[in-house]
Amino acid sequence: MNSKKTKVLFMIPYLLWIILFVILPILLILWYSITDSSQHLTLVNFEEFFTNGTFLRMMLNSFWYAFLITLVTLIISYPAAYYLTRMKNQQLWLLLIILPTWINLLLKAYAFIGLLSNSGLVNQFLGLFGISPVNILFTDFAFMFVATYIEIPFMILPIYNAIKEINPVIIQASEDLGASKWQTFKYVLWPLSWPGVESGIQAIFIPSLSLFMLTRLIGGNRVITLGTAIEEYFMTTMNWNMGATIGVILIILMVAVMILTGSKIKRKKVEL
Amino acid sequence: MRKRISFAKTYLYLVLIVLYIPIFYLIYFSFSSGKNMNKFQHFTLAHYQTLFTDNRLLAIFLETIILALLSSLIATIIGTMGAIAISQVRRKRHKNMLLALNNVLMVSPDVIIGASFLVFFTALGIGLNFGSVLLSHIAFSVPIVVLMVLPRLNEMDYTLVDAARDLGANGYQVFSNVIIPAILPGIASGLFMALTYSLDDFAVTFFVTGNGFSTLSVEIYSRARQGIDLEINALSTVMFLFVLVLVVIYYFMTTKRSKKAKRMMRGLIK
Amino acid sequence: MKKILYAVAAILLVCLGLGYEVSRLEQPAVKAKKQSLIIYNWGDYLDPALIKKFEHQTGYHIIYETFDSNEAMYTKIKQGGTAYDIAVPSEYMVTKMEKAHLLDKIDPNKLSNFKYLGNSFIHQSFDKKNEFSIPYFWGTLGIIYNDKFVRPGSITKWDDLWSKKYRNNILLVDSARDIMGFALVSLGYSMNTTNLLKLRLALTKLNGLGSNVKAVIADEMKMYMVQNEAAIGVSWSGEAADMMANNSHLHYVVPKEGSNLWFDNFVIPRTAKNKKAAYAFINFMLDPKNAAQNAEYVGYATPNEAAMKLLPKSIKNDKQFYPDPSTLKNLQVYRDLGPKVTQAYNDLFLEFKMYGR
Repeated sequence: MNSKKTKVLFMIPYLLWIILFVILPILLILWYSITDSSQHLTLVNFEEFFTNGTFLRMMLNSFWYAFLITLVTLIISYPAAYYLTRMKNQQLWLLLIILPTWINLLLKAYAFIGLLSNSGLVNQFLGLFGISPVNILFTDFAFMFVATYIEIPFMILPIYNAIKEINPVIIQASEDLGASKWQTFKYVLWPLSWPGVESGIQAIFIPSLSLFMLTRLIGGNRVITLGTAIEEYFMTTMNWNMGATIGVILIILMVAVMILTGSKIKRKKVEL
Repeated sequence: MRKRISFAKTYLYLVLIVLYIPIFYLIYFSFSSGKNMNKFQHFTLAHYQTLFTDNRLLAIFLETIILALLSSLIATIIGTMGAIAISQVRRKRHKNMLLALNNVLMVSPDVIIGASFLVFFTALGIGLNFGSVLLSHIAFSVPIVVLMVLPRLNEMDYTLVDAARDLGANGYQVFSNVIIPAILPGIASGLFMALTYSLDDFAVTFFVTGNGFSTLSVEIYSRARQGIDLEINALSTVMFLFVLVLVVIYYFMTTKRSKKAKRMMRGLIK
Repeated sequence: MKKILYAVAAILLVCLGLGYEVSRLEQPAVKAKKQSLIIYNWGDYLDPALIKKFEHQTGYHIIYETFDSNEAMYTKIKQGGTAYDIAVPSEYMVTKMEKAHLLDKIDPNKLSNFKYLGNSFIHQSFDKKNEFSIPYFWGTLGIIYNDKFVRPGSITKWDDLWSKKYRNNILLVDSARDIMGFALVSLGYSMNTTNLLKLRLALTKLNGLGSNVKAVIADEMKMYMVQNEAAIGVSWSGEAADMMANNSHLHYVVPKEGSNLWFDNFVIPRTAKNKKAAYAFINFMLDPKNAAQNAEYVGYATPNEAAMKLLPKSIKNDKQFYPDPSTLKNLQVYRDLGPKVTQAYNDLFLEFKMYGR
């Protein structure tokens, strides 16, 4: 391992990967965003993006949805993760929570088509109470619900790991010192489990921006996120330049968020 | 306290039920003779029969597995080499830059990765087929392997390397007898993660596939867009059982190992 | 180290084994010729039984791939990495593909069954000599309604869709030209307008429909209409035929302001690898018996006159699908509008999807 040659030899494939699949694609996307369909340099796409209210609105919308999805997921997952640390057989519980993530995402989305339709299970259940068919499929609610459903395990796991690392003595001490449950949560549990919450949020927020198959299948194209827009521009309308522009703006925003929070973002899929 | 636990349990059961309802819903209707997922008609295995005679779907299923195995294998090799190379970089600034570049694909949304790869393949005139999908899967799996292997390298006891060298081991021997065994757990989890990434991916594949090649996710998407087909339900059942078996094996392996570890600990204390 | 090499070898071996299994699965039933023919078609737009029949007759192996919009198909073919032997674009897309030099010439003289095509369907404006395209099906764009929710006969024109009664009850097909098109027609404009102001007005009108629209979807509309998920759908005649076959409450109307008349056509892309097989397949599909069988399966109207004679009376006399001349004269055929205007249609439609609610 000492010789310079081996070092270079080990570096070559990796560097090649970085150049070909990291740097080059980004440069190409950048190039497309600042040219028009006849390859002339222009900023017209950016101008369009920032002057046409629809794009800004769509961007705000998709951030808003991603925010809501993350928030709701957090609210549901935090107690679950907390209770999980109190359970016997935690390994088994964990496995049970992780298991659904191994089923293909599209299959789960497909299940919801059946569940949420007018004659589906949910409406049959509501029908028992005499509530006539409620429109669920193709609503914002349906989109958010399914997205949350998909993300829950990815939020539970990091929070669980973080709470697990807290020394129970500390919580005990806080309770012994007469802190109420809320105070214990606010001053002890929450701050100490924050790293887990943070990585959970990071694991969910960005993928939530690009759930284009859900906006199609569950949202019925009534919800258009940045992901859907990019997909439409690349695959359907073939305006790669505009698609690239939206992509570049999304990348810039991401970088900004990363610099602001000053932490590296970990992605989905926590190790079993 | 007792009451609290029971509330906790109820809550967790509720979460579990919600998590499993869609899956069991699919499985339940895979046995229905009807055409949709609204009303269970009669029990039948007909959808399983169609599934196992649907050569296209079976071929896609196998191709998805081949793709996952190959891409994760190659990504693991490149990633491990990269991690070793990064760990050897002395200058802090270079190292940080490499790590930052490594993480670009980790944090980008799938749509961006897919779109940029599509642009990339088009610019290079690479056809869209198994090859382009394989390249993409390798590409987005490399960084996770690096991230899994790197900590092991940093934790590694470098005195061992020096010792081996003092004992006259050559470069290759040091590599295969000292470094690799030390980072093997990292490599294994990297491979495992790459495998899940590949099996799980939809968005990137969707952009870079073509010419008759399709993965399970993409195929399900296009079939779901044509409406409900209970053959897909049968497929879900099969996949669920498949995953279940894997997980059970994993569960018993890990619990056994931890028992062993406990025993070892006890031995140490004695 | 040895162990690792073994593991790598094992993985490769498994891949090899699986690869063999795949090639076995993809093998056609008949093993005479191993050549394959790649067809790129709309979803559910060809009777699978005919594919089998063709494979048996000729020994070619068919790989059947689908797309769900003309634009998506164009992207994949233009991108260049594909080798489809046959694709099935609509008429305006034929022009566009031809302009982009994506198509190979077709010689109708080499197709012995070309003579069965009806005179009114060949030599159309988009391909005057049928040099590039052979008509496959034709049809209209219209409104499907469910008489459980809509009084029969109360929908006769596009403007009826804007009625407050149908709040959140309309499904639209995810196609820029068609949706922008009917908005244009309802304003009295041409479906081929290149006037950006008129297009903007059409978008404004569409946005007014927003609250009635439940979803903008593709092929799955069939399933939802059959399941009574929505009262009204806007889609193509063949889709409607399929739905009506599965739900007797559904009806199809071609609105009286006019609508779109379209042709889907076989073309042979430049990148095709197996032109001989492509010719053989097109000729096979032009055979009256096969064409009739396919028309019955797919539910669209066939341009094949000899095949039409073979169809049951209930189909060929159905005015909903083989409209009479008085309806036909109100129908407009899409023209290729060039990249700029097409882009405007697409962008405005996307804007509608993002915004119109």
